[in-house]
Order: sequence, then structure tokens, then C-alpha cells
Amino acid sequence: MSDVYITGIEMIPFGRYPHRTPASLGAEAVLGALDDAGITVHDVQTAYCGCVFQTMVGQKIFQQIGQTGIPVANVSNACATGATAVREAWMAVRTGDYDIALAVGVEQMTGMGMLGSARQASIPIEGLMGSTSMPATFAEAGREYAAKYGTSFAQFAKVSVKNHHHATMNPKAVLRKETPLEMVMEAEMIAYPNTKLMCSINVDGAAAVILMSEKKVRELGLMDRAIRIRASALASDPWQQRNPQMPDINSATQIAAQRAYEMAGIEAKDLDLVELHDCFATAELLHYENLQLCGAGEANDMIDSGATALGGRIPVNVSGGLLSKGHPIGATGVANLYELSLHLRRQAGERQVEGARMGLAHVVGLGTCSAVHILEKA
Amino acid sequence: MTDTPASPPLPAASYIHLDGPEPRLSFLKCKSCGTMFLEPERLACARCGSRGGFDAHEPKYEGTLHSYSIVHRSFPGTAVPFISAVVDIDDGPSLKGNLRGVPFDADRIDGAMRVRIVFDDALGRRDADGNAYISHFFEPLAAD
Ligand SMILES: [Zn+2]
Repeated sequence: MSDVYITGIEMIPFGRYPHRTPASLGAEAVLGALDDAGITVHDVQTAYCGCVFQTMVGQKIFQQIGQTGIPVANVSNACATGATAVREAWMAVRTGDYDIALAVGVEQMTGMGMLGSARQASIPIEGLMGSTSMPATFAEAGREYAAKYGTSFAQFAKVSVKNHHHATMNPKAVLRKETPLEMVMEAEMIAYPNTKLMCSINVDGAAAVILMSEKKVRELGLMDRAIRIRASALASDPWQQRNPQMPDINSATQIAAQRAYEMAGIEAKDLDLVELHDCFATAELLHYENLQLCGAGEANDMIDSGATALGGRIPVNVSGGLLSKGHPIGATGVANLYELSLHLRRQAGERQVEGARMGLAHVVGLGTCSAVHILEKA
Repeated sequence: MTDTPASPPLPAASYIHLDGPEPRLSFLKCKSCGTMFLEPERLACARCGSRGGFDAHEPKYEGTLHSYSIVHRSFPGTAVPFISAVVDIDDGPSLKGNLRGVPFDADRIDGAMRVRIVFDDALGRRDADGNAYISHFFEPLAAD
């Protein structure tokens, strides 16, 4: 087994690209990642592409930047799609079969609406048997936590205040605007307690990463810029009484996190920053606990005390998170590795987490899966 | 015009049965571990993996609210507001449905209230052939 390193990574600014294709967006990210690593498309030995809403995007990307005949596979795993592509590439290098692998995630989804799509039935069941919309689904997950620990509407809303504030320092985020607590709480109510400003934003986007074996990193003299992947963990949902009637976003995350910590041989207290899956503000607090950033019921204090804000004990979503950076499903899991890499390389500008050496990235895909990666400056 | 009698309503979910005087619920119950499932047939149990088969099981028609959301915006064409609720049925599985008969105000909803399961017309919804449907709903028990 070889240690696996990130030597090149890129994320295009998330936003609206109505006149582009997913392949074009993905190709832009791949070219950026190749340049970052100082290699060309001819050096890439295998590639994995994550995209949910379109097929064969990986091959289409190479049709844009150079068709070399290498193995290219497309993966789809809901909101964990990009992270799953990274994990496949990581395994390809780790086993020693390949020295240079590419993972890219891309999605074009503006105009799709933030609610997701309705389930098909002989009659529509939305609003008849509750709601399957994403804002309501994650509201119910949040209410479950609130019923146990007394989390208030305002505490959930503070997640958006924090992450939107972080995004004002991220030129690649789609929403760069301060949103005071009253503004978040008084925004249009979508599914209580999630207001419109507590929902992630559908955007177009792409991100790509070049992974290399330790041998190749040394051969190319890239160790000074390399980031070591300390852990790559993926979990599916174990049986739970209420799942899938009430999608369980907690168990898969807990399993993936535990596996990742064991693989890395570290504990949560060793982390310097975390990018987690804040698809809705109600989700972030649950994941503090799921990722072992705090003990049972302590998420309320975490958000109140500022522990997870930039400058706090363990900054969470300093990129602005999905709530403000945007959430192009297939790209999201690669984009949060991009954010960690910026910090570990001291390239994050005014939102830099001082002295960052170790970071964790997390995504959840409903259906359900979760991926957790732990990165460390080599 | 010919006078065709209206066809009887259909169940809005496979676990709702309209074969008796009153609508009833029936779930699959694993013969090995007792776990219940909503779908009408399964090859094996998701919890224990047993392929030993399932019994049909009728639960109580009461339960406890586990979580909910007051939905103010939903898919296009869906009437709002409504309350989406997850209820743990007594001697049954957890079920999602509309909670009715309570205000659309989180401060006035007991998040762990006892509810009854009732059946009613599926909000006037019809399929392409004009069939009516019967769905389940949750109502607070305390309203008695
Ligand atoms: Zn069983």
C-alpha cells in the first residue's frame, strides 16, 4: 500500500453557466488541477468522474482536453458523488496499480429549483403523506435533534449567519453577503425551521484533484506542495427503524467518521478545520456530534460560543459551506477537499485558518451514504 | 350519456387495505427479528438479513410524533402550508404522513404528542383514470 498525496487541485468559481456544458466546466477544473501539479493530460493514468444528472461526463471531459485512451469511470452517489470519485482514485493509487490518478466532480443544476424532484406515483403524494422535499426532510432531521436537546430556531439560523459571513472572504462562493440573524430568521419560511437563507444554493460548478503515489511525488519533487490523504472512508446506511421513511443522515456519517479517525490514527481534537455537509442549516449542528467535534447535545453550545467560526476552537465551513459557496452535487465532495488544501498550503487568504495542519471533509448523500476524508500537510 | 357508477376508491399506499368495512394498515413483519417494513413484498430482512419470510401484521392505530416540519413551500402545485410528520406507530413501524388538526405554529405543537391514525379521501386527488384514493392522516389524540 502506498501513501497517496494530493499534488494538484482546482475548483472553478461556483455560479451560473447557462451556456456551458458539464464537460466544459469539468475540463476547466481538470486543466487547473493539472497545472497546479505541473503535469499534463498525458501523465494521467486513470480517472474517475462524479456527476449525478448527466452520463459519461468523464469521457466527455477528455474529449475536450486530450483523449489518451486511459481508463475513465463515471460514478454517482447522490451528494457524496465527488467524494466517491476521489475515493476510487485514492484506491487506484493506494493499491500500487497507478501512480497518477485524476478525480473530478461536476454538476450543472441552475434552473432545477432547490426542492429536488417529486417522487412518481399514481397520484402525487407530496403534501398528502408529508413531504419528501429536501428542506422538509432536513428540517425533520433537525427537529429530531431539537426535541432531544432543546435546539432553538435561532441556534439553527446562526449556522447560516456564520457560514454566510465566512463566504464574504471566499471569492469563489456564489453568495457573498452578510446575513444578520434577524435576516436569516425572517427570510421566507420554506419548511420550518429552514428559511430560504438556511437552504443551500443550486449552482453549476466543478472541482478536480490529482492524486499521486509517494514514489511519484518524490520523483517529480512535489513533496513541498503535497498533501497527504490520511483517511478516505465511505459508509452506507445501516438498518435503522425510521429509515428510509425518515432518511437517516446521522448513522452513515458516524460510521464513516469513525473509520476515518481509525485509519488516520487521530482524534477529532487533532483537527484544525472541518468542511462538512451543511446542505441545510439544520444539518450542520447534527454533524458536529456525528463527526465527534463535540459530545452528545453540545452542538447548541458550539454554535453559540463561536467555537466553529473562523478563529474559534475548530472552524467549520470557512469556505462558506454549501449554504453560501453553493452545492453543485457532483462537485461538492471534491470542492471541500480544495478548501482544505488551500488552508493546509497557507493559500486561503483572509479566511486562512492559522497554523492549519490537519483537516476533515465530509459529505452525505441521501439514499444514503457518507464519505469522510482527512488531509494533512505533508 | 351513460350512467356509470363511480368505481370504489383505491389505497394511496400499498400498506393501506380497503377490503373490509374500515380501511386498515398491514405491514410485513420479519419472522426472525420482528422488524416491520412498509413495502408489500421483500426477499429478506434489512435488519437481520433473514430469508425466513414475513407475516402480515396489523398495528395499533395510535402512535407518537417523532419529528415534523411545517412546510410552507413545496413542489409546484402542492397546496401549502401542511405539516409533514414522522410518527412511531404503536406496535408498528414509523410512518410519514400529514399531521392535521394542529396549528401551523411550532410554539403550539407538542413535538412528542400522541396521535391517532385516521383514513380519509386523498385531498381530492385523482389519477389519470379519475380514480379517487384513500390515504392515512395523523390527528392529535388530545383533541378528544
Ligand atoms: Zn429480521
